[in-house]
Amino acid sequence: MDIPHEWFVGFSKSFGLFYLIALSVGITAYAFWPSLGNRFDKAAKSILDDEDGPARGDDGSDPEDEPCR
Amino acid sequence: MMSNLTRAERANAMVIAGTGAFIGLVMAAAGRGDPMGAHGWIVLAFCGALFFVVGSAYEDPEPTQDRTASYYDDPTKVGILIALFWAVVGMGMGVWVASQLAWPDLRFDAAWSSFGRIRPVHTSGVIFGFGGNALIATSFHIMQRTCRARMPDQVTPWFVLLGFNLFCIVASSGYLMGVTQSKEYAEPEWYADLWLVVVWVVYFVLYIRTLARRNEPHIYVANWYYLAFILVVAVLHIVNNLAVPASLTGAKSYSAFAGVQDAMTQWWYGHNAVAFFLTSGFLGMLYYFLPKRAERPIYSYRLSILSFWGITFFYIWAGSHHLHYTALPHWVQTLGMTFSVMLLVPSWASAGNALMTLNGAWHKVRDDATLRFMMVAAVFYGLSTFEGSFMAIRPVNGLSHYTDWTVGHVHAGAMGWVALISFGSIYALAPVLWRRETIYSWKAVEWHFWLALAGTVIYVFAMWNSGITQGLMWRTYTESGTLAYSFTDTLVAMHPYYVARTFGGLLFLIGACIGAWNVVMTIRRMPSETPERDYPTSSESREPALPAAE
Ligand code: HEM
Ligand code: HEM
Repeated sequence: MDIPHEWFVGFSKSFGLFYLIALSVGITAYAFWPSLGNRFDKAAKSILDDEDGPARGDDGSDPEDEPCR
Repeated sequence: MMSNLTRAERANAMVIAGTGAFIGLVMAAAGRGDPMGAHGWIVLAFCGALFFVVGSAYEDPEPTQDRTASYYDDPTKVGILIALFWAVVGMGMGVWVASQLAWPDLRFDAAWSSFGRIRPVHTSGVIFGFGGNALIATSFHIMQRTCRARMPDQVTPWFVLLGFNLFCIVASSGYLMGVTQSKEYAEPEWYADLWLVVVWVVYFVLYIRTLARRNEPHIYVANWYYLAFILVVAVLHIVNNLAVPASLTGAKSYSAFAGVQDAMTQWWYGHNAVAFFLTSGFLGMLYYFLPKRAERPIYSYRLSILSFWGITFFYIWAGSHHLHYTALPHWVQTLGMTFSVMLLVPSWASAGNALMTLNGAWHKVRDDATLRFMMVAAVFYGLSTFEGSFMAIRPVNGLSHYTDWTVGHVHAGAMGWVALISFGSIYALAPVLWRRETIYSWKAVEWHFWLALAGTVIYVFAMWNSGITQGLMWRTYTESGTLAYSFTDTLVAMHPYYVARTFGGLLFLIGACIGAWNVVMTIRRMPSETPERDYPTSSESREPALPAAE
């Protein structure tokens, strides 16, 4: 297993650069995707009042469809 | 506490503790004459004690079936108390270490009390003991609240919490016996490392299982930070600790890496321990407790996502700034430096997001010391990341490296950011967890706040002065081109700052003691809260214990 130093340098400088750029673009798009705004607002508010116990439906009755309380 | 476990769970716990005790016995027998043997006895005592605690409650009535209606908070409560205990121990050690630097006679001539041994007891005690327990406890709290789901079972969280503390005990007792791998923040030897891997993987799986049960479509951003903390620390820990034990019956091992690769692996680990242990998880705390305490949603949720990915992906590349001007290839140093400077953007985005959340609620910050803890923590987070990015620039590092400037930077982050956000979160959490009307003494919280702030400021300013003085003295030449100051001259110049640092640290320690006392008094003396609406309670004592409907 002898990987030459030059290969590492080349790899970091090419692939490393492009995958970071791709990631930044992807994440920025996700964070600012207009239709997600609602979901983010709801999430931000969801923690303000959360001491009323786990949501019902915990017993396996399809909790995904439960309205968030 | 035990009454919340079903009989099957108690049996499970006993099997695990019994296995642990057996392993301890084997270690004690095999490692006779080596520190590993002493560790065996410690493991045996720890697991044996747990075995009997659970065993003595084995026959107690089982809990009723209403458990799913409430969150499982027992491990969180214990975790908070353990964190406060470690805070006092770890910071007490810090004050002792600081005193030794000012008055070397305080070493007392024993082997175990030498600087090189108690210093890692301080660092591990505060980072892992205090910080780690605070992170684990708050993560249990937050993951359940934000998922609106109870943890999937009741033995795993105990395994994680107590297993982690066993690691901390083995680590710090080992340092006192002289056991070390000589890797900073990763000093414990191979068997302790292996044990931590087990605990950490269980922790990760527990988190994922809770997330899988969630009743919220979106995973609140605090969870992302906690998950990054758990996942990345696992990776770092495993890679940096790859080593071959010299023998299976002794503590000594040899690293799989050598030379500059070893150095790079260690500081890739070291810096990401800062990033993912001392930053990411605590940002999770910040993103949950600060908005909650201020009763305002986070200023920009989108920004919190963006800074999450920024921090995660930039930090990984920054470790080489610890190795400027070494045998490490120049381009790797430059890479680390560049990423460190870029890191300022997501770091300040987080700090700014926190402060903007408080914009419009400054009267609350003024009146409420708990919220003030969090606000000041965010400010120190901003400060220490700015300083870090600056120190990562190679020529600046040429001055700061090896000096107390680094120590000042460390404690601006560790005391100002990590400890303050933890104390703020603990004060916010304690009344909620124990269902008390409020914290025992608001005055004491105020005292703690001012002591902590004064202590941090004194500490950090002392170290900045000391570090820059030291750095400049080292590079002052006479006309004939020789060094103007001897090493001893620099020590004499630093002495007053060392005294000041010890004093600042003492203030900080007193604050932490007041905090621990206040939380204990809250639990013992404050009346239970009369709930406005029906809190789902767990089936502890008050309700009739029905036999479990199998
Ligand atoms: C009571 C408050 C504290 C005091 C008096 C104190 C004191 C010290 C001292 C004297 C050192 C050794 C410096 C040297 O070798 O020159 C040190 C190192 C360190 N402390 Fe503290 N400390 C305190 C709080 C904390 C806290 C709360 C944390 C973390 C959460 C922390 C993390 C560290 C770390 C990471 C190092 C190693 C720094 C390095 O290697 O550059 N300390 N501390
Ligand atoms: C943008 C963020 C940060 C950057 C770029 C950064 C950069 C640096 C640099 C350049 C050093 C000195 C390395 C050397 O000369 O050996 C350092 C040391 C250190 N920093 Fe930071 N820092 C940042 C944030 C933080 C925070 C928030 C904390 C604590 C909570 C922290 C804890 C430490 C510790 C413990 C060390 C000492 C490591 C050692 O030598 O033992 N850093 N950091």
